[in-house]
Amino acid sequence: MPALLEVRGLKAGYGPTHVLHGLDFDVDAGGVTALLGANGAGKTTSLRAVSGMIRTEGEIRFQGESIAGQATEAIAQRGIAHVPDGRGTFMELTVEENFRLGAYVRTDKADVQRDFERMWEWFPRLRQRWRQQAGTLSGGEQQMLAIARALLLKPRLLLLDEPSFGLAPLIVQEIFAIMRRIREESGAGILLVEQNANLALELADRAYLLETGRIVVSGLAAEIRQDESIRRSYLGY
Amino acid sequence: MDGLAHQIIAGIATGGIYASVALALVMIYQATHHINFAQGEMATLSTFIAWYLVTEGVPYWLAFFATIGISFVIGALIERILLRPVQNAPPLTHVGVFIGLLLIIGNATGWIFGYTTKVFPTPFVSDRPLMGGLVSAHELGTTAVTLVVLMLIFVFFRYTKLGLGMRAAAYNPRSARLVGINVGMMLALGWGLAAAVGAIAGMMVAPVVFLDPTMMLGILLYAFAGALLGGIDNPGGAVLGGFAVGVLENLAGAYVVGTELKLTVALIIIISVLLVRPAGLFGRVVLSRV
Amino acid sequence: MSSATGLPEGVAAAPVPVAEAGTPAWQRLLLVAGGVILALAPLWLLESFHLFQLTMAVIMALAVLGLNIVTGYNGQISLGHGAFFAVGAYCTAILMSHFDWSFWWTLPVSAAVCATVGFGIGFPALRLAGHYLALTTFALAVAVPQLLKHKAVEDWTGGVQGLFLVKPDPPAFLPVTPDQWIYLVVVSIAAVLFFLTWNLIRGRIGRALMATRDHPTAAEAMGMDIASLKTKAFAVSALVTGIAGSLSAVAIEFVAPDSFTIFVSITLFVGMVAGGVASILGSLFGGLFVLFVPNIAESISKAAPGVIYGIILIGLLFVMPDGFAGLLRRLTARLRRGGTS
Repeated sequence: MPALLEVRGLKAGYGPTHVLHGLDFDVDAGGVTALLGANGAGKTTSLRAVSGMIRTEGEIRFQGESIAGQATEAIAQRGIAHVPDGRGTFMELTVEENFRLGAYVRTDKADVQRDFERMWEWFPRLRQRWRQQAGTLSGGEQQMLAIARALLLKPRLLLLDEPSFGLAPLIVQEIFAIMRRIREESGAGILLVEQNANLALELADRAYLLETGRIVVSGLAAEIRQDESIRRSYLGY
Repeated sequence: MDGLAHQIIAGIATGGIYASVALALVMIYQATHHINFAQGEMATLSTFIAWYLVTEGVPYWLAFFATIGISFVIGALIERILLRPVQNAPPLTHVGVFIGLLLIIGNATGWIFGYTTKVFPTPFVSDRPLMGGLVSAHELGTTAVTLVVLMLIFVFFRYTKLGLGMRAAAYNPRSARLVGINVGMMLALGWGLAAAVGAIAGMMVAPVVFLDPTMMLGILLYAFAGALLGGIDNPGGAVLGGFAVGVLENLAGAYVVGTELKLTVALIIIISVLLVRPAGLFGRVVLSRV
Repeated sequence: MSSATGLPEGVAAAPVPVAEAGTPAWQRLLLVAGGVILALAPLWLLESFHLFQLTMAVIMALAVLGLNIVTGYNGQISLGHGAFFAVGAYCTAILMSHFDWSFWWTLPVSAAVCATVGFGIGFPALRLAGHYLALTTFALAVAVPQLLKHKAVEDWTGGVQGLFLVKPDPPAFLPVTPDQWIYLVVVSIAAVLFFLTWNLIRGRIGRALMATRDHPTAAEAMGMDIASLKTKAFAVSALVTGIAGSLSAVAIEFVAPDSFTIFVSITLFVGMVAGGVASILGSLFGGLFVLFVPNIAESISKAAPGVIYGIILIGLLFVMPDGFAGLLRRLTARLRRGGTS
């Protein structure tokens, strides 16, 4: 059975500068793939490439169909949700409206209501802030809102860009706990970009190490975690 | 005292027109951060279309709604054809395109319909004086139409899914795409709506100022002033600003500067707002990005 | 497109296409001589109406040059330069018709008044970025005719009727008609102002103007006084456009409020875009464009020259965003490459 997301020979960049020089990676249905690497290695660019935010070369197949070159909104409508860097929250709108936007492309009204309730259960703090402007939330709450918004798309694949970025350790723990829950309960595949390699490898089952736009190490997350030389030379812990 | 009351009521009636055009400007500004210098010309063209329909024997209200529909289509087409290709160009290009649009629409209107001033009908007539003669039937009708339009727009943006999608596309196009919203479509819809609102304003004001190809120039200036006064990124504020400017204009015209300097009053309001409170009364202060 | 510069690529790169550093002296001399001959030839070649049109084209070119200083080189979008054009024209007209001043003496006064007004507009403009400034100057230009007609100034401006004035007579030793003389005057003054502007732009001040346009934060960090630079740019820009206004008053021998509607400002803007944004030579093309293209547009469609005019403007923005000057630059660059290979 082919993977949920198959990426082959992915090249991309911004204008004349190339950032990715031919990446191959997979995300399995119900699995977590982590993209690791230093700043500027091309992790964020890889996510943008998958959701069609930049021009790409190479193959991107989702559920067996090519999505390369499609518009971002069309890719979202296929069931790929993306929590971008900077979270992409609609700051001027309320928490409720952010929720409604998360489910914008869905037509199954009753289901959406059920998913709202599920998100309230997962993120009780968002329910308390229901009518508040998203811009007034704390960093952790905003990250939760971003994840909730993405989940409300009822995605088959979730792209997460640095969910721990700029958050206090306790909140990071909370968010990773939620991601475990997503993996168990929603059955969606997750493509995770993370600076915190230790946490990411704990969660992931597959991992790729990027260096200046190339994959230098790939394999099972558990194995990479055990491999001291990789940890020393690439992950720095 | 009756004089003053009448001036205020008349001010509210014209203020409604300014509020509508200001709202049209703000709708486009919010979505694209462009100021549509051709908004007035677009409204004038719409009004001429309505005039043509009415003179051809189409009943007023049928012509009214047909014009709104036609204007909507024209507005959306303009966005698709003229603005889409330059959406990432520098501001100078946008200003240039708007000026080109102003020239094209303004002159096309004169070319097609002629430059002579025309009488435009009002659907609001009354045999007896209203409120003791304080207010004309047309003023009352205009105010009512404006309020209904503003209310509809408010409900649309606040409570419908499409309205929410348009707001999301305006505030944060990148994230809007990520949740599956077709931002390009929302922009075209926004332009269509703005054109439709402008058309209503044109049809409401034409019976008062008479219809000719330059009819909206001064009104556009007042709408600018109203939008800035209320906050150009705040639709509600712009509407209030439009009403405020209408009353202010009428009072200034009646008691301070006379009618010859009406445009200058608008200019002074614009400059004062920009100098004293650039974000407007209800706008957010936006820090410029470095 | 380079988004950082806020202008089409290549515009800022080569502001001076005529004589580059390293051009031998004899070549420059040849260029100047050629220019002089080209400028004087119409005196013998054109009859009076066409000479008048050319005079107006040079005046418009000068006005476009003024706009280019503040909008092209300094990036402050003005849609109201017709206001400065009007101030210049009225200065000259009032001094000549009410005080019997000679035309020549009105020029420094007009320059001073326009520079002051420009400076005054430049101050609030400092706080207005991009579209807001365009909007404010647009509003200013819309209000101009009304201001000129107002009762308080009617005695001076002649109200709706306007003011009539008379062309200066040519000096006795020159065998030229008044039309030819005014052409000579206009061309000479324009040549001087074009040369001075060219000097200003290619020097330190010009670089500072463009730096504040393209990288305001960096320019400020380098210790440039952006506020002072921007207001001064507005003043100089208004001065140049105002002088063009003065010249137009004597060339037409008449000023009236309704000749200074918003469309003067729009025309100048169109001229700048068509000729070439941030280009000295482009301003010259711009002047020719705004004077002759409406005629051409009229020959295409008698009924709707304005429509054609607008279509040309948008068409230019789409296919030739750096105007005629940019086109010329690309053509010469291609020729040179072709020559060396």
